[in-house]
Amino acid sequence: MTKPRGLIQHTFSGLKKDPLGMTGFVLVSIILLLTIFAPWLAPYDPLDINVNNRLSSPSAAHWLGTDQLGRDILSRVLFGGQVALKVSLVAISVSMAVGLVLGMLAGLGPRWLDRILVILFDTVRSFPTIMFALAIVALTGPSLNTVIGVIIITSIPVYARVVRTQTRALRERDFILAERAMGASTGRILRDHVLPNIAAPLFILASMDVPAVVGMEAGLSFLGLGVSPPTPSWGSILNDGYSYLRNSPWPIIAGGIPLIAITLGFTFFGESLRDIFDPKLRRKDQ
Amino acid sequence: MNPPVLDIQGLSINYQTELGPLQALRDVNLVVPEGKIIGIVGESGCGKSTLISAIIRLLAPNAQIKQGSVNFKGKDLLSLSPEQMRSLRGDEISMVFQDPMTSLNPVLTIGRQMSDVQHRNTSSRSEKNARSLMMLERVGIPDPETQLQRYPHHLSGGMRQRVAIAMALMAEPALLIADEPTTALDATLEVQIIHRLKELQREFGCSILFISHHLGVIAELCDEVVVMYAGEVVESGSLREVFIDPKHPYTQKLLECDPARIAQPTRELPVIEGSLPNLVNLPAGCIFRERCSHAMTRCSAERPVLSGGHHQAACHLLESSP
Repeated sequence: MTKPRGLIQHTFSGLKKDPLGMTGFVLVSIILLLTIFAPWLAPYDPLDINVNNRLSSPSAAHWLGTDQLGRDILSRVLFGGQVALKVSLVAISVSMAVGLVLGMLAGLGPRWLDRILVILFDTVRSFPTIMFALAIVALTGPSLNTVIGVIIITSIPVYARVVRTQTRALRERDFILAERAMGASTGRILRDHVLPNIAAPLFILASMDVPAVVGMEAGLSFLGLGVSPPTPSWGSILNDGYSYLRNSPWPIIAGGIPLIAITLGFTFFGESLRDIFDPKLRRKDQ
Repeated sequence: MNPPVLDIQGLSINYQTELGPLQALRDVNLVVPEGKIIGIVGESGCGKSTLISAIIRLLAPNAQIKQGSVNFKGKDLLSLSPEQMRSLRGDEISMVFQDPMTSLNPVLTIGRQMSDVQHRNTSSRSEKNARSLMMLERVGIPDPETQLQRYPHHLSGGMRQRVAIAMALMAEPALLIADEPTTALDATLEVQIIHRLKELQREFGCSILFISHHLGVIAELCDEVVVMYAGEVVESGSLREVFIDPKHPYTQKLLECDPARIAQPTRELPVIEGSLPNLVNLPAGCIFRERCSHAMTRCSAERPVLSGGHHQAACHLLESSP
């Protein structure tokens, strides 16, 4: 019999066997560290304008060159990561929490409530996200909070649906019936039995959702619907660079690389997590 | 003699189906005396599961209790509020399920689940743990301290079923319902679990309602036997009475079909010809008539009722030859 292993140990021993997952984990860790320590790592103030040195190519002084206003691109990319991180952290945790509650209500609640919630989820998902974002921005004006709000509203149904399906499947399982037969209340069943069983798929979904959210923030900022200048964001760096593409490719390259890295990193990491926690694969190694 | 722990009288339950009401239980009487083990035998679909769901009041949403009463220690369970009923479950009435592979939560440790079952108890975590340890020891689990840290998938089927039994007995219930607890286990384990259950019953003094379609297990464990067929009780009595002198043709056939009783090796095992009657469109008269070799004209007209003293059977043969 194997020794009982902790969750973290289990995750790491799984990652070790999966080089792609490990790569993802390393990428994610590097991006997180760079972003968190951006204020200490950035060589310049990301808002410092130096018109004499605009659109310069990479040099010892400016590793990734400068943009059309002579701002240091490396510093802007690092600080842009903070925006991306803030958006994904806030948006994903809020939509996951709300989705969790609504999904469990739909999954375990009465039938009519389930119907209403499912119709609601489908309605929200049926809008094209960008159109929805445009409409909201037209009403409230562009800001980071609007971006976060739009992402939350459009992501809630994604989480809620997964939670609902998982809850429904669990509801029919013997151990839930056994808990009922042993006198557990609905609240206790949800908290102690449904939640631990759906936590793993939910976190995997969240980790795979990070690139989507970061991409959406970048996209909205690119369209000028997100952060307002001069705040750096990967999307706005791309947008600035786009206008001066003929003069210098560096802003586009610098803004694109972190987007690609974060997408690959979180996708590899998320897929690896999914494989580690998939019960079918889990049984194989025992 | 003390009043019975469980006294079910005239219980009838229908399931609403698209074809009309399916009469899953009809006029079922069942008495579980204090400190006894009562076995319910019957083939699949005879209403065993409906009966236990009715006792713990966890019937499917389309089930409807037509009539009857379920008295537990003098309380009518059918008239309790859901909240009152919930406080009885896992405390005074608890249950062991058929498949130990699925009846434990896969993502929580044994220890966590065993502490969770004691949610009514206000004692500290370490006291709950101590009690879990003691219960695991009593059901015969080796090295209980290590087991508390383990997850269900680390344990074998027999071990898991022991854990489930330990959890069910945690609150020292007056009535333990065991729904085919050994069906999913292999034969040697089955014997072990049965013996352990019998010992525990003596130690705790609880009553056990034991559901099985395995006659050998019933014979090994139970004091009294209730034979069910197609939603009715067809025969009931002490183990000795029913097994040695079965009155109802169904019980007789059932015993004949038990492979353990067949003396001569044969290629083909005996079966009871025919199948269960349609419970949506019940035929008149005796429900077993179509499969019975003793069927008479009276059987198709009149429904036999349970008759006899302690050993009862529902068959016209008994009345015609007193």
